[in-house]
Amino acid sequence: MRYLSGVTTLRLEPGRCTGCGRCVEVCPHGVFAMEDGRARIADRDACMECGACRNNCAANAIEVQPGVGCAMALVSAIVARRSSRGECRCR
Amino acid sequence: MVGQDIRAADGGAPPWIVGSSDTPVGAVPRVATAWSWRERVEHFRCRVGSFRNRYAIEPRLYAVGRPGPRSEVLVTASYKLSFDHVRRALEGLDAWILVLDTQGVNVWCAAGKGTFGTEELARQIEAIALARVVAHRRVIVPQLGAPGVSAHEVQRRTRFRIHFGPVRAADVPAYLRDGFEATPEMRRVRFGVRERAALVPMELVPAMKVVAAYAAFVLLVAAIGPGGLRIEPLWSVGIPLAGLGVVALISGAVAMPLLLPFVPGRAFSIKGWVVGLALTATYAALVPAIHGTGWAFAAFAYVFAPAASSYLALQFTGSTTFTSMSGVRKELFYSLPIHLAAATISIVLLAAYKVIAWRGP
Repeated sequence: MRYLSGVTTLRLEPGRCTGCGRCVEVCPHGVFAMEDGRARIADRDACMECGACRNNCAANAIEVQPGVGCAMALVSAIVARRSSRGECRCR
Repeated sequence: MVGQDIRAADGGAPPWIVGSSDTPVGAVPRVATAWSWRERVEHFRCRVGSFRNRYAIEPRLYAVGRPGPRSEVLVTASYKLSFDHVRRALEGLDAWILVLDTQGVNVWCAAGKGTFGTEELARQIEAIALARVVAHRRVIVPQLGAPGVSAHEVQRRTRFRIHFGPVRAADVPAYLRDGFEATPEMRRVRFGVRERAALVPMELVPAMKVVAAYAAFVLLVAAIGPGGLRIEPLWSVGIPLAGLGVVALISGAVAMPLLLPFVPGRAFSIKGWVVGLALTATYAALVPAIHGTGWAFAAFAYVFAPAASSYLALQFTGSTTFTSMSGVRKELFYSLPIHLAAATISIVLLAAYKVIAWRGP
């Protein structure tokens, strides 16, 4: 199942990667792959911006703006004029 | 608040606690691995209503089987449904379950909010003195906790090494057997028809209230006339109009989520509109009043119901496992103005129908 292409804020700085493989391990959508001892983005458009990779990259090689991909959360953020970070209202 | 609904009526231990395990830090409650019928009913109630908001357990260490200093520690959330899946998966094994305080929220959602996170995990490891309970220095965190748990940070603070286990609790025994190796399949989130069907009531129940309000409004619109309220148009016009709300509801909150991968388009608003149009056409074929009550009435049906279905389908982004915030933001940017326009045009068309009907043929 695929959502919109070309939208993710995910960025990988290959020069910083130490090849630990954590990003491959934690990504629930198989976005990363290891190649020649370094991580590379193999399937960028599968990214759902959960932030697991960035959070677990000890080398700070990954940047992504994590957030909840929920229309309800974004609409209520717009209505309440809060930051549009998409705080989920679900429990 | 925590555990209100799951404590036994006499205030004693809940029935899923079947004993206790002695440890250097005191007695730890031992839990059953099988689910009772009562728990199955509770799980059903979690799927359909706000009961899920109260289904929390006390955050602490629990024991499964007869765990000792060499047994593994599995971390989970304080949502009892999450905890129940973990304990059931551990049938026949000896292990510790460390429940973090996520205020009754499941692992993935709590990780997104940060309550299932580095801070809470490090705090609990220290607070219960885990290093005195087990002789090793490792804990197993569910992979979907990774958005909240920074493994290297927890290790730096507690000296406990984090192993990210499989996505699903049911794969934990295989993961342990293979020496902390998860297959790529265990690392992927699935979103098959069963997962989607389980989430349908979450969409349906809140939307039903809105549709009930819509139905009350259009029944009033149908009944009102130059001579006051009349009963007859309720049948000929009111019910067919109210039915359009049900069409939108079934389309956007049930059919679209279930048919998700088979509906054309990637944007949920487009998928919802497509299904909505198909169901509206089907409804019109079955209910002669849609095409037989004038152009404004028919136009209302085709503008309103697909757009309402599209809006409802958009809400399902919050339940899926693959929609990104950047994607949803982009989709909202172009779809919300269209939804607002459709709502305005719908009201105009309904008014036009009433004006034409009042004037008489």
